[in-house]
Amino acid sequence: MARATAPVFLARVSYRRRRLADAARMVPVLGSILFVLPLLWPEGEAGTAAGLIYIFAVWALLIAIARLLAPWLGRSGAAAEELGEGRGEGRAEEGR
Amino acid sequence: MPPFNALVAAAIAYVAFLFAVAFAAERRAARAGRSAWLRSPLVYTLSLSIYCTAWTFYGAVGYAARSGLEYLTIYLGPTIVMTGWWLILRKLVRVGRSQRITSVADLISSRFGKSTPLGVLVTLLAVVGVTPYIALQLQSITLSFAVFAENAGGEAMDLGGVALWTAAGLALFTVLFGTRNLDANERHHGIVMAIAVEAVVKLGALMALGIFVVWGIGGGLGATLEAIDASPIAEWQQDHGRWIGLTFLSAAAFLTLPRMFQVLVVENADERHLATASWAFPAYLAAMSLFTVPIAVTGLAMLPEGSNPDMFVLTVPLAEQQYGLATLSFLGGFSSATSMVIVATIALSTMVSNHIALPLWLSLRRPGATVSGDVRALVLVARRLAIAGLLALGYLYYRLSGGGEALAAIGLISFAGVAQVLPVMIGGLFWRGATKVGAGAGLTAGFALWLWTLFLPGLGTDAAIPLSVMEQGPFGLGWLRPQALFGIEGIDPILHCTLWSMLFNTGLFILGSLLTFPQPVERLQGAQFVNVFEHAAGATTWRQSAAQAEDLLIMAQRIVGAAEAQAIFQGAAAAQGKAGYLPDVTPEFIQALERELSGSVGAATAHAMMGQMTEGVSVSVEDLMAVADEAAQIMEYSARLEAKSDELERTARALRDANAKLTSLSAQKDAFLGQISHELRTPMTSIRSFSEILREGGVGPEVQSRYAAIISEEAERLTRLLDDLLDLSVLENGQVVLNRAEAPLRRTIERALGAAGSRAEGLRILRRPGEEDIRVMTDHDRLAQVFINLIANAGKYCDSARPELRIEARRAGEAVLIDFIDNGTGIAPEHAGLIFEKFSRLSDHARAGGAGLGLAICREIMERLGGQIAYLPGQGGAAFRVTLPARPLGGA
Amino acid sequence: MAKRVLLIEDEPNIIEAISFILTRDGWTVHTHSDGETAAERVRAHPPDLLILDVMLPGRSGFDILRDLRAGEGTAALPVMMLTARGQTKDREMAMRLGATHFMTKPFSNAEILAHVRDLAGG
Repeated sequence: MARATAPVFLARVSYRRRRLADAARMVPVLGSILFVLPLLWPEGEAGTAAGLIYIFAVWALLIAIARLLAPWLGRSGAAAEELGEGRGEGRAEEGR
Repeated sequence: MPPFNALVAAAIAYVAFLFAVAFAAERRAARAGRSAWLRSPLVYTLSLSIYCTAWTFYGAVGYAARSGLEYLTIYLGPTIVMTGWWLILRKLVRVGRSQRITSVADLISSRFGKSTPLGVLVTLLAVVGVTPYIALQLQSITLSFAVFAENAGGEAMDLGGVALWTAAGLALFTVLFGTRNLDANERHHGIVMAIAVEAVVKLGALMALGIFVVWGIGGGLGATLEAIDASPIAEWQQDHGRWIGLTFLSAAAFLTLPRMFQVLVVENADERHLATASWAFPAYLAAMSLFTVPIAVTGLAMLPEGSNPDMFVLTVPLAEQQYGLATLSFLGGFSSATSMVIVATIALSTMVSNHIALPLWLSLRRPGATVSGDVRALVLVARRLAIAGLLALGYLYYRLSGGGEALAAIGLISFAGVAQVLPVMIGGLFWRGATKVGAGAGLTAGFALWLWTLFLPGLGTDAAIPLSVMEQGPFGLGWLRPQALFGIEGIDPILHCTLWSMLFNTGLFILGSLLTFPQPVERLQGAQFVNVFEHAAGATTWRQSAAQAEDLLIMAQRIVGAAEAQAIFQGAAAAQGKAGYLPDVTPEFIQALERELSGSVGAATAHAMMGQMTEGVSVSVEDLMAVADEAAQIMEYSARLEAKSDELERTARALRDANAKLTSLSAQKDAFLGQISHELRTPMTSIRSFSEILREGGVGPEVQSRYAAIISEEAERLTRLLDDLLDLSVLENGQVVLNRAEAPLRRTIERALGAAGSRAEGLRILRRPGEEDIRVMTDHDRLAQVFINLIANAGKYCDSARPELRIEARRAGEAVLIDFIDNGTGIAPEHAGLIFEKFSRLSDHARAGGAGLGLAICREIMERLGGQIAYLPGQGGAAFRVTLPARPLGGA
Repeated sequence: MAKRVLLIEDEPNIIEAISFILTRDGWTVHTHSDGETAAERVRAHPPDLLILDVMLPGRSGFDILRDLRAGEGTAALPVMMLTARGQTKDREMAMRLGATHFMTKPFSNAEILAHVRDLAGG
């Protein structure tokens, strides 16, 4: 339980950062699902105009999410390694 | 209608503008060292837009007119990859930067033990896959010219000529800006800037046209949506397989296309730019495709049946008499085509030179011999030839295929081809167990299947594969029919190829990897790639080096250029706590150097070259242990210890050096008085002897005058010695008054040459006076004194049959460097540390009247002037570098 | 027959001065200016007197002297050492190694002549 003696907010910051990285990994999964979804639309009812609007809406959503995550990840990418957190992540990736 | 010539003029003016942009960017990058905006995340994002070629610029509208929304898949794949940058791209870029990867072929080669065959395989795949794509770009430029020519009223024109001139112009531009230098990181500021500008032009053109179509012709957003619902493509009947398959293909191609790898990884200046591009580039793609459907629908409604929908982007504004808009569209398409061709040829030429030309050259030479010849020149020539060759190939392909439909389909065929690299790339990045044999098997199978099922049939009916084989299979083997493998018919050809090739590619890659055992270098590289975020420093590959720092410097200079190599060596020496240009040849240094070199010539070649230099060094069991999984944990604990012991080692090394110098010096100090005595008494002996002879008389007048001359000559020598001693003592005590003035270096060098006079007799001086026009604020009298000394030294000690002295001046950032390089045997490394000490004349041979004080004086003068003088090893002869600040700090 | 003096020295002007003085006095003077090959030269044609400079290119005069004193034919050869360094420890070194005489530059012509006559028994 050595962890408990560390300042609480620091642990929270690094915890937050790791969950953000998790979120970043989920973005392409979300995008893939949403982009494929129209294939399930009932045959014949889907118009090109509606499809166009749907796809661009999903597109905008993905861009917005990436835009929100980018500053955090861009900064933490360097900071995380300084703190030695990169190691934990690297191992996680390896296991995948 | 604007005259056709006006359009040609616009195109040429636009090209000239791009030249100017590229040139200005190169200049700025060279002058300032780094310019923030040249390498901003914005420029990085825009440079990614070479993904959108003419095929997407013109073709997307045509695609939409034929198949509705399917064209979007081409953009959705990259969007998913970019928004998911944290998963793959981040690692790819980090590996690319830390391993100094130069191309996608280099990535694969480097990952699998710096393998040359894998590099060749990927290079071949890329050349075969991308050359038709280049042809497609030439075709689109030709077609767009044709549209205008037709519209202008049947002017007879040679369309083949357009393609030829375009190809030639692109070759020129690419050679000019793509092979200017071989800098260690292969970045091309000029080209990146130019394609960023082109990105803005093509987006601007499409947006302008889209706005015109929606609000100018269509009557607003609502009306346009209604028009879509009323159009022939109103219903969205999507083939599910193609929707998923094409999205996957475009995502794969985005990562593996040589040109994309070039801008994504090789030209990446800062990893953080990826974070910006992760949302900005998808936004760019969305904007590029926003108006595609409206333009397609408008074209279908407005233009006569049978019009080529691929040219709607031009024909719609032309039909509306919007010539300015049409010209802008033309320039947008032109931009898309040219930027793709430029970057693609650069990327391919790098592969061809590093993975085919250089290994060939290396294998033609006997192993063991030291590297000779100018590798740098060889690489540059190979790249230039490759660029010209690739464009010639693209042109030929265009001519032979006759343009038309066959060529238009090549976009997706090309995607499917380069996507064959994906399994090996991803496997190499994430799976330690991937081996060279597996990678080779997977790539070969994928490549072969792609050729058989898609590329060769795609060349046209009965072109490469006879119709009988298409229908009955080779030798009547029905299950081998190119588009119905294993008898499964009726799949879309692109899907058919992607499915089977990816299946066999990935399957054989995994199977091969599981069944074989990787070689030591492969395991090392695998660990460095897969655990790139864990390893700050690379694992040791080289040990017990037999190479001498000077030999390595000579080789490095030939590859990355003199200035760059010297900077690397000086930096490494400084990190070890040593002055000068020759660091200790530690395994760490060798590995770092190899990485620098691989930035220029690729990992496999750099490894081979270093192997030749460091004679037969291989990876030991201990090295492997160091990178094994278990060791990773130990490394974590020892990292800090290591930092400490590094520090200690540096200090110890510095102390050792200082001690050696002191010992050597104290022996000299001890002999200092003896030296002065010797230097004074020797001329006095002659003077006394001859004056006694003359006083005694009895010698003939001729002999008399000869002896008098000797006396005066020796008296002069005495005077000079005393002058030198005084000079040195004044300089050492810091009692010098400097007369600083601003003057060009050239004048000072010329004055020194004049003053050296007879002392430089017989010495051929090689200069480039044009480069000496550097104005320097310093004491030019004192500086000339240094130059005179160096010139006289060369005259005195250069032992070549035809002695030459090269004087090179140049500016390096805030400093001015003047090199004096002769073609003699130079100074042995063990002496190089001592030559600036007093009375340290190395050999008593040829002591043409000097007392060994010259260089000591030079050093003192340079110190007073705020600069320095150093011996430059590895230049072929004795070489001295005088470094001056362009502007002195303060008034001291 | 005139007695032979071998002068091993590398300063051309000093060679010329000593040669002149001794030749005028009736000696046959041979000169050699390389330290490395000097000992061989002495062994090949042993002179009646050797004048040996200390600071020579290639090999120091002390080393040459040590070599000669160890050799059979040259162990007793009269050797006059010259030096411009003029330190006492050089003189001690020369005498310890078996120099017959030690002289510091600069010297008077009469002085060197007197010593040559004395040593070679002219």
